[in-house]
Amino acid sequence: MSGKPSVFIVDDHHLFRSGVRAELGDSVEVVGDADEVAAAVELITERKPDVVLVDVHMPDGGGRAVIEAVSTTDPSIRFLAISVSDAAEDVISVIRAGARGYVTKTISGPELADAIGRVAEGDAVFSPRLAGFVLDAFAGAEAPVVDPDLDQLTNREREVLRLIARGYAYKEIARQLEISIKTVETHVSAVLRKLQLSSRHELTRWAADRRLT
Amino acid sequence: MSRTEQRRLYRSTDDRILAGVCGGLAEHLDIDVRAIRVAFVVLAFVGGTGLILYAAFWAIVPQRPDVGAPARPVRGGHRRRPDRNDLIALCLLAGGVVLLVRQLGLWLGGAFVWPLLAAAVGVAIIWRQADESQRARWAASARAPLTERPARVVAIRVAAGVVLVGVGIVWLLATQDGLGAATRGLLAVLAAVVGLGLITGPWWWRLARDLADERRARVRAQERAELAAHLHDSVLQTLALIQAKAGQPREVQRLARAQERELRTWLFARPQADGDGTLARAVEAAAAEVEDLHATSIDVVAVGDAPLDDRLTAVVAAAREAMVNASKFAGVERVQVFVEVDGERVTVFVRDRGVGFDPAMVDADRRGVSESIVGRMRRHGGSAVVRSSPGDGTEVELNMTRASS
Repeated sequence: MSGKPSVFIVDDHHLFRSGVRAELGDSVEVVGDADEVAAAVELITERKPDVVLVDVHMPDGGGRAVIEAVSTTDPSIRFLAISVSDAAEDVISVIRAGARGYVTKTISGPELADAIGRVAEGDAVFSPRLAGFVLDAFAGAEAPVVDPDLDQLTNREREVLRLIARGYAYKEIARQLEISIKTVETHVSAVLRKLQLSSRHELTRWAADRRLT
Repeated sequence: MSRTEQRRLYRSTDDRILAGVCGGLAEHLDIDVRAIRVAFVVLAFVGGTGLILYAAFWAIVPQRPDVGAPARPVRGGHRRRPDRNDLIALCLLAGGVVLLVRQLGLWLGGAFVWPLLAAAVGVAIIWRQADESQRARWAASARAPLTERPARVVAIRVAAGVVLVGVGIVWLLATQDGLGAATRGLLAVLAAVVGLGLITGPWWWRLARDLADERRARVRAQERAELAAHLHDSVLQTLALIQAKAGQPREVQRLARAQERELRTWLFARPQADGDGTLARAVEAAAAEVEDLHATSIDVVAVGDAPLDDRLTAVVAAAREAMVNASKFAGVERVQVFVEVDGERVTVFVRDRGVGFDPAMVDADRRGVSESIVGRMRRHGGSAVVRSSPGDGTEVELNMTRASS
């Protein structure tokens, strides 16, 4: 990835779209925005941005519908989900639809730009709460482990997630665990893959039980 | 703007011979309508299954509400024909039933069957009329003039139906003259009741449906009013306050954060975080309090949970102290709290990215802090570690083992 990543914004709130444009400033190149699913899908496939910043809650299926429609034709386009809600079922449904990260709308401009850059490079972005949720979902022995490669976290992955939940940035995690940032990214991507592919149906049940908001 | 329409099974209003059941099914299943019709006819000869099925679909499946449907053929010629066809179809159906019954050897004698048949045709006409009037209501609500079926025609058809039913019943009774006079009176009453029920049936049915619809609409209206009241009491008031205090960023932040918390609690129907019950709830309640007092925003992430006891109450108090410190001294607006209950072990981290300090240089004025966090944890059998360096933020780690019970 060279230069600034190109970004497309999908959100049904006009105020939010203009707010994000202003916040991001020069750190990325915003190539367009849309306020509804159908228009978004059309414009995204036409403009092929590096990263689509997509709101989870919208009429006509929300971010999930956009991700599913675009990724069938353009699997190379990456998605970063953004929402005011931290409700676990929302988070999980967009991640499983194919988003590479999830952040809340309270995120600061520089942090958002950083997250976009990370997603553009194919890495995953976890908010502290998402990390907490994953730890919860993969905890305990109640759920049957069908595929150990997908249904369990390694100790290292757990450590990384704990640090994210404590509010550490990747750089700080790398220093704390004495590993490279690249390795941290690898761990997080592995967790993302498990989150997307694990058939551990506990995921959704936990979501309801924990009511993470 | 396209709205994904949920596919529902309707009876067709355009492609129909009798009640549009086959047309509707064909549209829904995307199969040639002729195939479905043939299937129904064939089934009709299998012990009358097709007839029963058709009647069931007719009764249960609603007609397509064609409000503003653009792809509808022009009214007139095309629409008239089905009505004439209806009559023919009804006659054919009746004839078919008669033949079928005869074939099966269930013939009970013309004196019994013909009156019954007359009554049945009458009922069919009336019930179909109910469908028409329902359709007319939709058409009327969709700004189309109600010209397609003058009231006179409706009246004639209903009257014809009533007469047919009446004639059928009287006829039936008249031919059963051989029976005793006592049973005759009873039969007459019974026939009257059944006849009335048959004639007014469709209207009762529609009435019940309309009532249910209305009730649903009322519930929705009530929910809306409640939502509006709540938004007015909370959100609008807060927005007004925020405008009034636009010059005081910290106050605005505090108001916004408190409102956000309140709205989330309401939206996600979470029990008020009043601090009793569990560790996670108690830490969240403490965070809310500190947020309110110091105009910071504190994110609490909890993994696992445990009921509060003496030790965990001490952990909450120490965590609260750490949050207060972060809010007061770190000089940042965001504090991250992570609570983890892993079997017997309880760990809480309170972290800020603020100015930090050198723990070795902690002097007398910071004593209280270290006493209220480190000392408190130690007294309850736990431990606390404060990690900080100037310019690199502060993290307080609290460890406690749960009392074995």
